[in-house]
Amino acid sequence: MMGEHTVKAFDEDLNFLISKISEMGGNAESMVARSVTALVTADKELGKSVVKDDKILDALEQEVDDHVVLLIARRQPMATDLREVIGALRMATDLERIGDLGKNVARRAFQIEDNLPPKKLLRGLQHLTNVSLEQLKDALDAFVAKDIEKAREVWDRDDEIDSLYTSLFRELLTYMMEDPRNITYCTHLLFCAKNMERIGDHVTNLAETIHYMVTGSNDIASENLNDL
Amino acid sequence: MEQTEIKMSGKDVSVSYGEKQALFDVNLDIPAKQVTALIGPSGCGKSTFLRCLNRMNDTIDICKVSGDIRLDNQDIYHRDIDVVELRARVGMVFQKPNPFPKSIFENVGYGPKIHGLANGKAELEEIVVKSLQRAGLFEEVKDRLYEPGTGLSGGQQQRLCIARAIAVSPEVILMDEPCSALDPIATAKVEELIDELRENYTIVIVTHSMQQAARVSQQTAMFHLGYLVEVDDTDTMFTNPSDKKTQDYITGRYG
Ligand SMILES: Nc1ncnc2c1ncn2[C@@H]1O[C@H](COP(=O)(O)OP(=O)(O)O)[C@@H](O)[C@H]1O
Ligand SMILES: [Mg+2]
Repeated sequence: MMGEHTVKAFDEDLNFLISKISEMGGNAESMVARSVTALVTADKELGKSVVKDDKILDALEQEVDDHVVLLIARRQPMATDLREVIGALRMATDLERIGDLGKNVARRAFQIEDNLPPKKLLRGLQHLTNVSLEQLKDALDAFVAKDIEKAREVWDRDDEIDSLYTSLFRELLTYMMEDPRNITYCTHLLFCAKNMERIGDHVTNLAETIHYMVTGSNDIASENLNDL
Repeated sequence: MEQTEIKMSGKDVSVSYGEKQALFDVNLDIPAKQVTALIGPSGCGKSTFLRCLNRMNDTIDICKVSGDIRLDNQDIYHRDIDVVELRARVGMVFQKPNPFPKSIFENVGYGPKIHGLANGKAELEEIVVKSLQRAGLFEEVKDRLYEPGTGLSGGQQQRLCIARAIAVSPEVILMDEPCSALDPIATAKVEELIDELRENYTIVIVTHSMQQAARVSQQTAMFHLGYLVEVDDTDTMFTNPSDKKTQDYITGRYG
């Protein structure tokens, strides 16, 4: 564990960044979860609330950006401090993008008419969403605990999301071919699935950034190979 | 990492001032034509180590140096070594600019004259002009070469001292906090100069500014309480140091 800075305000600056990133993470998580619910239940009010929350996430990212610029100007951070500051900046970008992906899914809820699709269509998507959200949550936990083992596990599990996405894609395609009336709705679900898969990619970035912040190495991948 | 030529090396260097030991078994190689920065909290022995490299410690009566210090693999504490010649090969620039109370020309020309490096006035002039140019000062002083060096600004005086060190064609230049008395612009000029000088000289610099060490050096050595705790290439040292003491010191968590 690192001790405290001689200049107390430096610790406060860094802690501020950490709390803002955690806050962004919590918001992004909730946005994604609600966006998928809004889509599959055609809940337009819920969709609206997600779109509105995206503004909050954007503002938080801006706040992190501004704070990082000031911190570098004031304190010229070095070593772990420098990595933490750069890491916070990168994480804020990924979290903001995750929020955008959630917002775009939520918007689809406005286009859904009231005729909901059969439940079985939704099961695969719900599963993919759960796995992506689980990954995001684990990455955020790894960030708070500076736990590189956990970050590495998150990084490794991204393959799972990719294969879930691929099989869901095939499944939805099959439904569309079976009955053309499914096409419109399945297209929305496909779009949503694609966004969940991309969220997984951003979570992978988060894991890499956490690894970098803690170890100073950008190469989470090769270290995995070394472990084999 | 590619093989680099070692210009100077210290092996098991220990230094005491009377009863008080200031350095303990320091082992440090100084790569040729690179800038090596020595960092660490006040009193950790940076200046003491620096002064071993051109035997400036000889001038302190109570100071006792042991270990093996080499320049081009030659023991500089060997009894056959001519200390005056050694100090011409290993020059020094101090914290406070200390020009002689003489003209700018004489400040730079004095060394070459006493070391017999110039045959006649024309050659001496050439050395002086060249040294001032290399120190990035010539353009600023060319119209007042015969005015006193002490009349220059602090930053100019420090570059004059660097010109003076360069004038005797040293191979190594030691700098002990050369910018601590300078304003940011003068500091930037000296840093720029250090970066240019490394093409031709090996430089060892003691600095209190982490940012300066990160900017100007290729290798950084961290001292603490008389011990060398870590040495690494500068980029690694300031982004990912291995030693906790280095980490604490450069991030401002020391003491
Ligand atoms: N001329 C001297 N006489 C006695 N003690 C000295 C002398 N110079 C340095 N020291 C002692 O040696 C230690 C290292 O000093 P120094 O090399 O000047 O450290 P630094 O340059 O890292 O601040 C300090 O404890 C200092 O008091
Ligand atoms: Mg000193």
